Amino acid sequence: MAYETVIGLEVHAQLLTDSKIFCGCSTRFGAEPNQHTCQICLGMPGALPVLNRKVVEFTIKMGLATHSTINAYGNFARKNYFYPDLPKGYQISQYAHPLAEHGHIDILLDGEKKRIGITRIHMEEDAGKLIHDERNPWSYVDLNRSGVPLIEIVSEPDMRSPEEAAEYLRRLRDILVYLEICDGNMEEGSFRCDANVSIRPKGQEAFGTRTELKNMNSFRNVQRAIEYEIKRQRYILESGGEVVQETRLWDDAQGTTHPMRGKEEAHDYRYFPEPDLVPIMISGDWIEDVRRTLPELQLEKQDRFVGQYGIPVYDAGVLTATRALADFYEEAVKLCGKPKIASNWVMGDLLRYLNEEKRDIRESPVSPAHVADLINLIENGTISGKIAKEVFEAMYKTQSKPADIVREKGLTQITDEETVMKAIEEAMSKNPAQLAEYRAGKEKLFAFFVGQVMKLTKGKANPQLVNDLLKKMLAES
Amino acid sequence: MALNELTIHELQDKLKRKEVSAREVVDDVFKRIDAVEGRVHSYITLMREEAYGAAAGADRDIRAGKAGPLTGIPIALKDVLCTRNVRTTCGSKILERFVPPYDGTVVRRLREEGAVFVGKTNMDEFAMGSSTETSWFGVTRNPWDLERIPGGSSGGSASAVAADECIAATGSDTGGSIRQPAALCGVVGLKPTYGRVSRYGLIAFASSLDQIGPFTKDVEDCAIMMNVIAGHDPEEATSVPRDVPDYREFLRKDIRGFTVGIPKEYFVEGIDAEVMTAIRKTIRVVEGLGARCEEISLPHTDYCIATYYIIAAAEASSNLARFDGVKYGYRSPDGRDLLEMYKRSRSEGFGVEVKRRIMIGTYALSAGYYDAYYKKASQVRTLITRDFREAFKTCDVILTPATPTPAFRIGEKTDDPLQMYLSDIFTSSANLAGIPGLSVPCGYTQTGLPIGVQFLGDHFQEGKLLQVAHACEKHSGIERRRPKF
Repeated sequence: MAYETVIGLEVHAQLLTDSKIFCGCSTRFGAEPNQHTCQICLGMPGALPVLNRKVVEFTIKMGLATHSTINAYGNFARKNYFYPDLPKGYQISQYAHPLAEHGHIDILLDGEKKRIGITRIHMEEDAGKLIHDERNPWSYVDLNRSGVPLIEIVSEPDMRSPEEAAEYLRRLRDILVYLEICDGNMEEGSFRCDANVSIRPKGQEAFGTRTELKNMNSFRNVQRAIEYEIKRQRYILESGGEVVQETRLWDDAQGTTHPMRGKEEAHDYRYFPEPDLVPIMISGDWIEDVRRTLPELQLEKQDRFVGQYGIPVYDAGVLTATRALADFYEEAVKLCGKPKIASNWVMGDLLRYLNEEKRDIRESPVSPAHVADLINLIENGTISGKIAKEVFEAMYKTQSKPADIVREKGLTQITDEETVMKAIEEAMSKNPAQLAEYRAGKEKLFAFFVGQVMKLTKGKANPQLVNDLLKKMLAES
Repeated sequence: MALNELTIHELQDKLKRKEVSAREVVDDVFKRIDAVEGRVHSYITLMREEAYGAAAGADRDIRAGKAGPLTGIPIALKDVLCTRNVRTTCGSKILERFVPPYDGTVVRRLREEGAVFVGKTNMDEFAMGSSTETSWFGVTRNPWDLERIPGGSSGGSASAVAADECIAATGSDTGGSIRQPAALCGVVGLKPTYGRVSRYGLIAFASSLDQIGPFTKDVEDCAIMMNVIAGHDPEEATSVPRDVPDYREFLRKDIRGFTVGIPKEYFVEGIDAEVMTAIRKTIRVVEGLGARCEEISLPHTDYCIATYYIIAAAEASSNLARFDGVKYGYRSPDGRDLLEMYKRSRSEGFGVEVKRRIMIGTYALSAGYYDAYYKKASQVRTLITRDFREAFKTCDVILTPATPTPAFRIGEKTDDPLQMYLSDIFTSSANLAGIPGLSVPCGYTQTGLPIGVQFLGDHFQEGKLLQVAHACEKHSGIERRRPKF
């Protein structure tokens, strides 16, 4: 039987605010355990939360960027459960009245656009972390992360394949990163995803029984876990069984999912309105103020790059992967006026060097002005494209201006005919055998002579000039 | 007269005129504590050393002319308020050794105004009770009759003020925990409007109902305390940013032309005859002062207790989840795994009444029951609030008995939680509606037990309550007595 897959995703994104959602503690990652804590995020008796306004602002941004309705009235609720990383015994979250609802984003798959609905976006606090000591029968609790702001983005069950799910996830992360409200790092856990997966016979309208998948810490694993789960469910149905509604954990090493223990998931969270916080009233003015701060988003920017700079969609996609990279590229274009060439340099050499060192564009030792200068040097004939590669490498390593490197290393292109002719003569006289062969009709040897001339001029000869003169001189006898 | 028997305003004068020193005042307070505490048991923790240190500071400030409104005044704190470096138990075994690293806002404000803290007073465990019998640290006795309860949950604060073991005290009131013990101990107790006083540092029982308020020997002291503790706190989201009037100003005004509502639903069978007589007499006193008393109706009164016990227990079940043995407080040594550690720590750490309410609250919030209990109770709460809104369109204040009976005997109701819950019958409505309520002594039974009258006001109308209570205090014709024991 043919089956159709139905997937909905729940994404948790850590917000890049300086301080936590309900207290003034720092949200910085990587401090010594329990350094960024106070009586509020430690859940001390008597301590009370106060909402960080920035968190609301960031969430409104995400709501607007996903075309959601921002609710004028919102409130917080308590989600009650016991776990040592949850110091109050409840998580402050939103339940009945989330900040944003009824949104969507568009994804592109094989050139086709598909709209994925967003059910809701709500704010909540993160929990702490447990560190287990394998040699001892106890665990340590680190509450630095307790109270770090999160938004949960719940999609409609609109995705029909693991690829769509992965693409939706990438798109969602791009938006968050573009808005500069989340760093989107799945490995460090600042961007997390749970997947609800079910299958149904093709043509059937009712959903099949779903399972919830957790513990996938990369885009690839999300896709793999869903792929595995579809196979598993299909096997069950085809052998006459029934899928059990449960939470399953992805096991990266095994490449399988297995059920969470019943006790861990048998929760009745007993949500009720958080009495320590007042309702959140969001005025139209506030929404408009936030809307004015929204940046151009990735897809819009990509479209604009294609139209404005005449570069291929693929290039535009790479260059707009992050706002910083796009800004870098646009700055370089502004300074040299050569969008396509600038795109080649940024996408090619620059990203290669950066990727090798796992550096972000914001840490690039080469500035947009340097790239533009380099392109200008090629364009005005000072250096050849080939020499430019060498200059780029030096520029990346020393952070010097390209013109200085060219001057210091004496890399200025030789455009003087006489010098080039002299080099050609020398190449011909040193290689009589090849010359004879060439003249006997072995035209492939033309490249050999180009190489010889370049070698003699240390690569500085203008390639076009070498070509022209060499053709002429090889033909003469 | 010993200095510990004086009021705040009497002591303020003597301290300012340097007739006495803050040290002498603290001396007299601790002399009294040493003499009677063994019989009354108002305190869980005494702060003798801190008190003498603070008194020395107060004397320096007085000499330097920098005295604040409470400089050198010995004040007791209910043990539900977090005090930096002084253990705060909430009357519970689970917090027996808990020492907060911070002061709550009210504690900080009192400290900044020069108050000298005497100690932390006894209370029903986690403020759940009406008799101070559920404390892990033993019962507190009513100074007027040591065989009787002082009321609760702030029984220790009420008895400490009544027995002159301090000059004034703070309490917390979730369903009557200030007003009921104030009435039963013959002192003045005020529960402010929800949001008037910061709850920051108050160990929560029911967050949407809790308020901190004063216990004092007279109405003027109550106004003085309110001047210090009321006001917006940016660290507390439900605290209201609204100016605080000088509450002492209201004491100078008479109540001529006041409309006093007498809600018929509060004058029902089951009220003790002597209480009824004292309340009727108070109505005549108020009328004699030029106020107009009018019968009114608060139609949803019958639902107050049920509504209160659902909402309070629901919030409590969540608020008390943090006491899990992980971070602070009691941890059972016998847990072999996480779940067992939780179960044993909480089973052994909490008392019977607290566990009963956690179970009621957990049930009321559970899937399948939420709509029938918590949600319904929230809706009824809105109706109760609406009753008061209607009433205050015509009334300046509402007058009711503070309690249905005078202080009952120790052990009389401990086996019958429902009877115990009915102690809050006249007080819990104010918490549900968020309005202020004040209890002031209005008479004594033939056996000499105090009786209190309660005044309720519209939101933020504490001034009117003080005004009418002050008038009653001055003109009721009952002499101020002291418990003899």
